[in-house]
Amino acid sequence: MKSNSAFALAGLGLAMLATPILAQNVSAGPISASKAWTRQTAPNQSVGGGFLTIRNAGKTDDRLLTASTPLAAEVQIHSMSMDKGIMKMRQIKEGITIPAGKSVELKPGGLHIMFIDLKKPFKLGDKIPVTLKFQRAGAVKVNFDVQSISSTSAMEGHHGGH
Amino acid sequence: MADTDQDIASNIAAVRKLLWLVAGVAALLGAILFLGLEKNGVEKQAPATAALPFGGTFELTRSDGSVLTDKSLAGRPYAIFFGFTRCPDVCPTTLARLALLRKKLGADGDKFDIVFVSVDPERDRPQDIGAYAEMFGTPIIAATGTDAQLAQIRKGFGVYMKKVPLDPAQPDGDYTIDHTAGIFLMDAKGRLSSIIDHHEAEETALDKLRMLVG
Ligand SMILES: [Cu+2]
Repeated sequence: MKSNSAFALAGLGLAMLATPILAQNVSAGPISASKAWTRQTAPNQSVGGGFLTIRNAGKTDDRLLTASTPLAAEVQIHSMSMDKGIMKMRQIKEGITIPAGKSVELKPGGLHIMFIDLKKPFKLGDKIPVTLKFQRAGAVKVNFDVQSISSTSAMEGHHGGH
Repeated sequence: MADTDQDIASNIAAVRKLLWLVAGVAALLGAILFLGLEKNGVEKQAPATAALPFGGTFELTRSDGSVLTDKSLAGRPYAIFFGFTRCPDVCPTTLARLALLRKKLGADGDKFDIVFVSVDPERDRPQDIGAYAEMFGTPIIAATGTDAQLAQIRKGFGVYMKKVPLDPAQPDGDYTIDHTAGIFLMDAKGRLSSIIDHHEAEETALDKLRMLVG
């Protein structure tokens, strides 16, 4: 199912190049990031999960190594899995490979960026500036849209600012 | 007072008699209690596999500082979920899902309570989980407790939980909590009605909730 959606996204990517893109799409060389979003947080909630799609249009694999934002003390790359009904979250220190010509989705139920020790709560409609560091492509700056805590996916076609 | 050997011997005999009497009474009381519990168990029609009633008795502190127990929840069905606020994925997804399911049930949606139990009292203070639960836009009873209280309720519901360091190289550093992600549906009499699995289809989840409040 994962590879299916990756293929679908790769196809969509081509179509999307010609049309105005609703969700923010940032790129550095062959690496582009889209559908970056996070959830609003409660006053004393110290963490948040960030999700996005990373596409590698190049001919060489790349690797997301780290992420950072001025709005959190630390940002980590995490995996989440369900093992016999038990949720397990783990840090992925080695980063995430973005295979050549493929997209990798960070989404609920799977991989995510974890913002740790937030400087202030994420408010609905805010944008969280994040710098992603890739092994080959270098730094890619992405703004994560702060969506409702009830969101389970990027709200495409929903412009920010309200 | 100079007790003779004989006096001591008769004293010991008296104490022995008393002990036997106490033991006899205790055994009788035990038997009565046991039979009483047994009868209750049958009346409650507990799941055949569980010797103790599912859920059991528990006591926690609500986000407003008041006490939450199995007894205070009795009388209304409830959906209970265990998590923590530093969980960026499954916990908000589950609570948002429950809020959405409640909305989809229409009038039936108001016929059950949603209970969120934080298993991370070290970092989740009662008032914090209240503010967290409020964000989902539907009434949610948020509670947590001491380690002992949480151990008790987890035992009752068979909820797995394990603190795991995020970085294995720093065992005393930041941690995450592996935990059971299912939603337990308890009826108005505190009996397990069913469990909504994390990956369950929405229609199935709705059916289970209709069965719960029906
Ligand atoms: Cu995480």
